[in-house]
Amino acid sequence: MELGPYLLLASLEGAVQAAVLALTAVGLSLVFGTMRVVNIAHGEFFMLGAVLAWWLTSQVGGDASIGFVLALIIVPIVTGLLAAAIDWTILKRLDYDPEATIVATIGVLYIIQQVTLMTYGPDARPVPPPFNIRITLPWFGYSGYKLFVIGAAIVLLLGVWATVSKTRIGLILRATQLDSDIAQAFGIRVKRVYSIVFGVGAGLAAMAAVLIVPIQQAHYLMGGDPLLLSFIVVILGGLGSLRGTVVAAVLIGMSDGIISVFFSPTLAKILATLLVASVLVFRPQGLFGKRPV
Amino acid sequence: MTDGAKSWLLHGGVIIVLFALQSVLPAYHHGNLARIMVLASYAIGYNILFGYTGLLSLGHALFFASGMYGMGLSIQFLGLSPGPALLAGLLAALVVTSVVGFLALRTTGVAFMIVTLMFAQAGYLTVLLFGQYTRGDEGFVIQQSQRVFAGIDLSDPVSRYYAALVLFGTCLIISLVLVRSNLGRVLVAIRENEDRVRMLGFNVFRHKLIAVILSGVISGAAGATYGLLFGYAGATFATVEYSIFPLLWVLLGGAGTTLGPFMGVLFMFYLIDLSSAVTSAYMLIAGVALVLLTLFARQGLVGEVRKRLAPWLP
Repeated sequence: MELGPYLLLASLEGAVQAAVLALTAVGLSLVFGTMRVVNIAHGEFFMLGAVLAWWLTSQVGGDASIGFVLALIIVPIVTGLLAAAIDWTILKRLDYDPEATIVATIGVLYIIQQVTLMTYGPDARPVPPPFNIRITLPWFGYSGYKLFVIGAAIVLLLGVWATVSKTRIGLILRATQLDSDIAQAFGIRVKRVYSIVFGVGAGLAAMAAVLIVPIQQAHYLMGGDPLLLSFIVVILGGLGSLRGTVVAAVLIGMSDGIISVFFSPTLAKILATLLVASVLVFRPQGLFGKRPV
Repeated sequence: MTDGAKSWLLHGGVIIVLFALQSVLPAYHHGNLARIMVLASYAIGYNILFGYTGLLSLGHALFFASGMYGMGLSIQFLGLSPGPALLAGLLAALVVTSVVGFLALRTTGVAFMIVTLMFAQAGYLTVLLFGQYTRGDEGFVIQQSQRVFAGIDLSDPVSRYYAALVLFGTCLIISLVLVRSNLGRVLVAIRENEDRVRMLGFNVFRHKLIAVILSGVISGAAGATYGLLFGYAGATFATVEYSIFPLLWVLLGGAGTTLGPFMGVLFMFYLIDLSSAVTSAYMLIAGVALVLLTLFARQGLVGEVRKRLAPWLP
């Protein structure tokens, strides 16, 4: 294959990565932006989404698309409810102390991961894609499902953006984010907003996982990479800035896809990790974040 | 009796009891205790930074592993004997902690945790990248003939036990001397109120850097000794899990107590040992313990004893 089509293929693969990464990272960013806590267990909600999607599609008979659509609706809700329950029983009691929350969510990470290992087992299992359409380009054929993933992620991200900036729910969210004490004084139930945000953040990760699981198999250890990459993206984009998060996700996803084609993926990961560490050290507000006043 | 005399007696007593246990313990627990003492030294190192200085690092596996690989690789490829190899491990840990400390300490709070996590992750991936030397996840074995230190075969259980005790005793005494010294008091003051310490005219950055280096080098010493005593170095010891473990041990035993790290390792080791007979998902225990500890017992075992019974415990 010539270089041009080769690059196109690498960019398409990168775009699929970027789409899923943006969804996952926006979930993490939403939680950090509103609650000012870092959720280390975020990757496990992603994993849970994939595993639940496998379970649901294997229960539902008939055409693969029925199970998939059901999974796309039910799995994020179930995962979100679980996350909200975790917030209500653990994080709320810790009074959202940043360091205690990190330690507790590390604990939650292992609980979710190990319970999955005990119930679902150590195997990687595939989920059939809802449809098998191959789109024929002049140089190579490309999976139509992957293009669907990109489209779906864009629609979902627009939905998140519209909710945060145009609706009454978004207004409450932004008020809580700006100053939780004042918000509370105006009658906003801040603790309830926190639980909902935590649930929605986890639900977005789960939804990203449902989208990716027909391409990548479900496995109980699959939460590690999305967590690390989401971190990288959220930090690069500026902690808590949704627009920055999406831009950074596209940047990281695309460059990861393209770099891994030409260089060793391990080296790419090392460079990305060190880049993020230096951003935090030398430019703590992130590449797109505002300098704290 | 003064508080100082009491704490010296207590710590000396712990070391003597561990010395005496060598000849009475059954073989299985004998081996376990040697391992526990080395891991407890790692936890003591972690505790200096987390418990006494109040800096929560999520990247100590990097320091543990740099000691382990500094020692292991110099035996494997430079043909050093254990003595110089241990020094090479300490040196590797010193260099790594100095660089990481210097950079990471520009951040505070959550950013410090993430930066240390990132550095440790980069370190782990580097071990994998140089897989032809480190043999990656598989790791490499240090042969018995390479582990004879001044005529003592460290693969023999009895000498291994004593070697672990020497390391643990040294680390325990270092931490006791540290917390009773002026330096230790400044570190605790930084934990309690950094701004006030700065206002009193102390160089906070330099004191934190000293704490990181001290903590990292002790962790590195534990890593080097672990590799030497148990004859193995592998990338597992550089994973996030090995950064989480010392945090867990110290939280369980009691952050900011000299004996807490040992108690934490002892309890967690046997908890996991017992539960792994039932299930392979033993990290579940660690997860549940972390959540319960942050919710109900922030002081840990020794911390609770200090709060209720013996306020003089260092």
